[in-house]
Amino acid sequence: MWRFVVGRLLQAIPVILAVITVTFFLVRVAPGGPFDSEKAVIPEVKAALEAQYRLDLPLGQQYLAYLGDLAQGDLGPSFKYPGRSVNELIAAGLPVTAELGAYALLVAVVLGGLAGVVASLKPNSAQDYIPMSVAMIGICMPTFLLGPLLVLLFGIHLEWLPVAGWGDIPGDKILPSLTLGAAYAAYIARLSRAGMLEVMSQDYIRTARAKGLPEWQVVTRHALRGGLIPVVAFLGPAFAGLLAGSFVVETIFQIPGLGRFYVQAAFNRDYTMILGTTVFLSTLIVLFNLLSDILAAWLNPRLRAQYGEA
Amino acid sequence: MTAVNLTSVAQAEQGTSLWKDAWRRLRKNRLALFGLAVLTAFILIALLTPWLAPYAYDAQNLDLGASPPSAEHWLGTDIFGRDLLTQIMYGGRISLAVGFVATAVALVIGVTWGAVAGYVGGRVDAVMMRLVDILYALPFMIFIVLLMVVFGRNLLLLFLAIGAVEWLTMARIMRGQVQSLRQQEFVEAAVSLGLSPATIVRRHLVPNALGPIIVYTTLTIPSVMLLEAFLSFLGLGVQPPATSWGLLISYGAETMEEYPWLLIFPGAALTLTLFALNFLGDGLRDALDVRGSGD
Amino acid sequence: MPLLSVRDLQVDFTTRNGRVTAVNRIGFDVEAGKITAIIGESGSGKSVACYSLLGLLPVPPASIESGSALFDGRDLLQLSERELRQIRGRDIAMIFQDPMTCLNPYMTVGNQLMEPLLYHRKVTRQQARERALELLAEVGLRDPESTIDQYPHQFSGGMRQRVMIAMALINEPKLLIADEPTTALDVTIQAQILGLIAELQRKRDIGVIFISHDLSVVADIADEIVVMEKGHVVERGDRQAIFEAAEHPYTQKLLAAIPAGSKAPVEVPRDDLIQVRNLCTWFSQGRGAEPLRAVDDVSFTVQRGEVLGLVGESGSGKSTIGRSLLRLVPVTRGEVLFDGTDVTRLQGAALKQMRRRMQMIFQDPYASLNPRMSVYDTLAEPLLLHGIESRKTVEQGVLRLMDDVGLARAFVRKYPHEFSGGQRQRIAIGRALATRPEFVVADEPVSALDVTIQAQILELMLALGREYGLTMLFVSHDLAVVRHIADRILVLYKGRVVEQGTGDALFNSPREEYTRQLLQAIPGRGLL
Repeated sequence: MWRFVVGRLLQAIPVILAVITVTFFLVRVAPGGPFDSEKAVIPEVKAALEAQYRLDLPLGQQYLAYLGDLAQGDLGPSFKYPGRSVNELIAAGLPVTAELGAYALLVAVVLGGLAGVVASLKPNSAQDYIPMSVAMIGICMPTFLLGPLLVLLFGIHLEWLPVAGWGDIPGDKILPSLTLGAAYAAYIARLSRAGMLEVMSQDYIRTARAKGLPEWQVVTRHALRGGLIPVVAFLGPAFAGLLAGSFVVETIFQIPGLGRFYVQAAFNRDYTMILGTTVFLSTLIVLFNLLSDILAAWLNPRLRAQYGEA
Repeated sequence: MTAVNLTSVAQAEQGTSLWKDAWRRLRKNRLALFGLAVLTAFILIALLTPWLAPYAYDAQNLDLGASPPSAEHWLGTDIFGRDLLTQIMYGGRISLAVGFVATAVALVIGVTWGAVAGYVGGRVDAVMMRLVDILYALPFMIFIVLLMVVFGRNLLLLFLAIGAVEWLTMARIMRGQVQSLRQQEFVEAAVSLGLSPATIVRRHLVPNALGPIIVYTTLTIPSVMLLEAFLSFLGLGVQPPATSWGLLISYGAETMEEYPWLLIFPGAALTLTLFALNFLGDGLRDALDVRGSGD
Repeated sequence: MPLLSVRDLQVDFTTRNGRVTAVNRIGFDVEAGKITAIIGESGSGKSVACYSLLGLLPVPPASIESGSALFDGRDLLQLSERELRQIRGRDIAMIFQDPMTCLNPYMTVGNQLMEPLLYHRKVTRQQARERALELLAEVGLRDPESTIDQYPHQFSGGMRQRVMIAMALINEPKLLIADEPTTALDVTIQAQILGLIAELQRKRDIGVIFISHDLSVVADIADEIVVMEKGHVVERGDRQAIFEAAEHPYTQKLLAAIPAGSKAPVEVPRDDLIQVRNLCTWFSQGRGAEPLRAVDDVSFTVQRGEVLGLVGESGSGKSTIGRSLLRLVPVTRGEVLFDGTDVTRLQGAALKQMRRRMQMIFQDPYASLNPRMSVYDTLAEPLLLHGIESRKTVEQGVLRLMDDVGLARAFVRKYPHEFSGGQRQRIAIGRALATRPEFVVADEPVSALDVTIQAQILELMLALGREYGLTMLFVSHDLAVVRHIADRILVLYKGRVVEQGTGDALFNSPREEYTRQLLQAIPGRGLL
């Protein structure tokens, strides 16, 4: 198993390196330098600025210098917030985004998993149709539509919950978490339903029933593990989706998280910030993918053995 | 069934092919039929928009401003007094076009890639799929945002970028299909008859791999449309004066407290289309009896 | 009083095409201390009847319409689900057909084994584990102490079936229902498992219901036999009565379908159509690993007009030899001379020409036909490809093939899924014969079919072989079938030929130890 983990970690390195490289050069070849939009910058000032951001060096050297900084965990200074480094901005935004993401993931896994399992126990009954219809709505209702609608209903119309902010007023974390988690809850509900139905039709479930086990034990002891492996494998992609979704949710609810910084950076053409955040988020996503892969493999004794030997 | 000694094949009773069988099952699925109907209607409307739209695309009425639905403006107007129905119709053209074109890009690349890797096998397969694995691990959503930031909001680039993400799953599905079909005895039988590889692919592999591909294509379109809407909402996709449903929703969200219809109607248009496509996809999956893959 | 007494049992299924009666008012008894075999072909309702007794059928689509099943003074069909659960796994236990899929792949064997004990009896985990170890040893697992914590995928098929048996017996049930427990296993393993079941039954003096499609399998172990056809019990009786004085025509048909006797050898000397010299077919098992030597230095000849039988268990390389001859798998080394031409080196047009002369009939009639092509398209393809018929005459060619393989011409525009297994195999035979081949490899062509259908297909192949003047390589795991159809037999073991000779010679005086083992494992040897 450890060999598998180490092997996968080693495979992740070229991926992360590729991300860094592509991002770096994409940002550098972008039409228009970062200071071109500023009106009438004095040439000397511009030169000084460019020197500060190493823009006067040849591209290759810039790249190597950037890699060197990265190796020390330094993501560079921000273009738009002079005096502040990308590290500081990320450090400020990350805890908020991480908390939001964690709640959303919780919503997705708990609500989605529960709905899917419940639906799978009695296929083609009300117990199946109702949660699955809700899940269908969740899939077809984009985050950026669901968010405003929830705000409109619970915030403005009913006045039950705050419409913006994060950690300022009690209850202001509910709507953003729900909004962000909803679509993934829907996906997980469908995945776990399909997974459970597949497992429940296996021969070994019949064996478990022939032993005289009550149905709830058949489900919890024999079916759940196999049925939820697809969900575990989905957690990696879900995490990437949640991060992207946080761009929208943080914008809608005015939450000072990483996602909103990223979108602002995009509009401000704050290249070092974009570059730094992209590298950071991408690495996070790659690692999370890895984690969910390893977890899914570990849950399956057959794969565990296979990787143990390989 | 009686065994009459026929003299010509034309006299024999017609069998039910698997396609016919699937179509019969699909016809019994009301939700899928509803999806098909809605989709067809929306596509027709999108094609005919220049003739059907009640107002000119850029007709403003600043005196009127934002007005709720009325006899003149069925879905109301925006703050510039532009007819919302007209906006939604034109926005739908873009949204649907992105959905279909980007999916087509993904389909062509993915199916070709997967079929080659699966049929050739061996080292070629290993290299091709390794590349897919690596690309899979890349955080594409963030990359597309980055592309849009760097190169400006270019519709063609959007097609390509989205298509470039979605082909990966398509390639995996196609390769899996081809690989499992290749081991089937009827393909071995075709080889031992002496058929050429091209004929085997055309007559024996493609028709059998088509089911999952159709299903997955139907389910890719809505996810592509969502992606476009997401980018437009952030202001990184389609840019004015062109419009799309995502952009309209973004405007609507800004003014939803005063003019909720500006959010609700474009949102309804997008959601309804996604519903239709997902219902159709699910229905096709059941009708063609495709085991749950992707999703 | 019998241990289990079933009367008037009817089970219906609601399907897409309406209601179907799967079990039609049947009755039978199971005595304690005896093995009662229920015999029937697929779709006869034999499994459904037994599953319905234990509430293991999904309701709907199934519904029990009528009947009673007295077990221990209680009617199983009247019990609530809770009461039935108390009986399942404690008083009545089951083992199933496919040991590969019947064990939970995510749980250790020990945990699965202990489960019925922990659930039904008041025992500690420690006690349950000790009992599990005892039973594993009793069913013949070596080193239970270390295997008990392994997962099912670490066991072979035979070992898994032993685990299943241990699991069924752990609560000392009064009745054991075994549903085709040996069908998925190799002959030698089958013989071991049959012996084990009979031994454990005697030792514990319990009642056993043994469900099977194959009369010969139960010939040695069954005390009572119940024969089912299309949901009805057509005949019941003790073993002797059934085997020696069957009354019902269906039972007689089943008995007649057991392949018996050997083909009369032809004494006329014939020339060799095929010479196989030092054939090696190895498969790569990944970088660095030793290649799998599926076929390892095999030499033999096939004479013009003969049927050569190729016998071996799974993994013996018998199918790979057939595929190597036809160039369906790449040959590693050696030569295959067909009428003097080395097949292994042919390319392009020459290879295509050669393919016309040698064809293959596959094992699984469900996988060997393209599901998207009608019978007409399937049969017309080879006719047109090799220019045997022109576009104008192809229709008549297809219809003639339909006649030859005994399919009604009216079905020519139907698709494979609209046919039964036997009919599909006829289509596949028709496709193989379409090119007018001289040589046909038949790879287990009847092992996926019901016994009575098996006999029909074998007869058809023999008749067509004579009519078309075919030379045939007949690959099978079933010695009795091969002896029935083949002029000479080759016995394979782990990729090598261990013995060859005529059927009679092999059966009467086997020289090799492995051949002897194979012969002893044939179920119902006394019948041959």
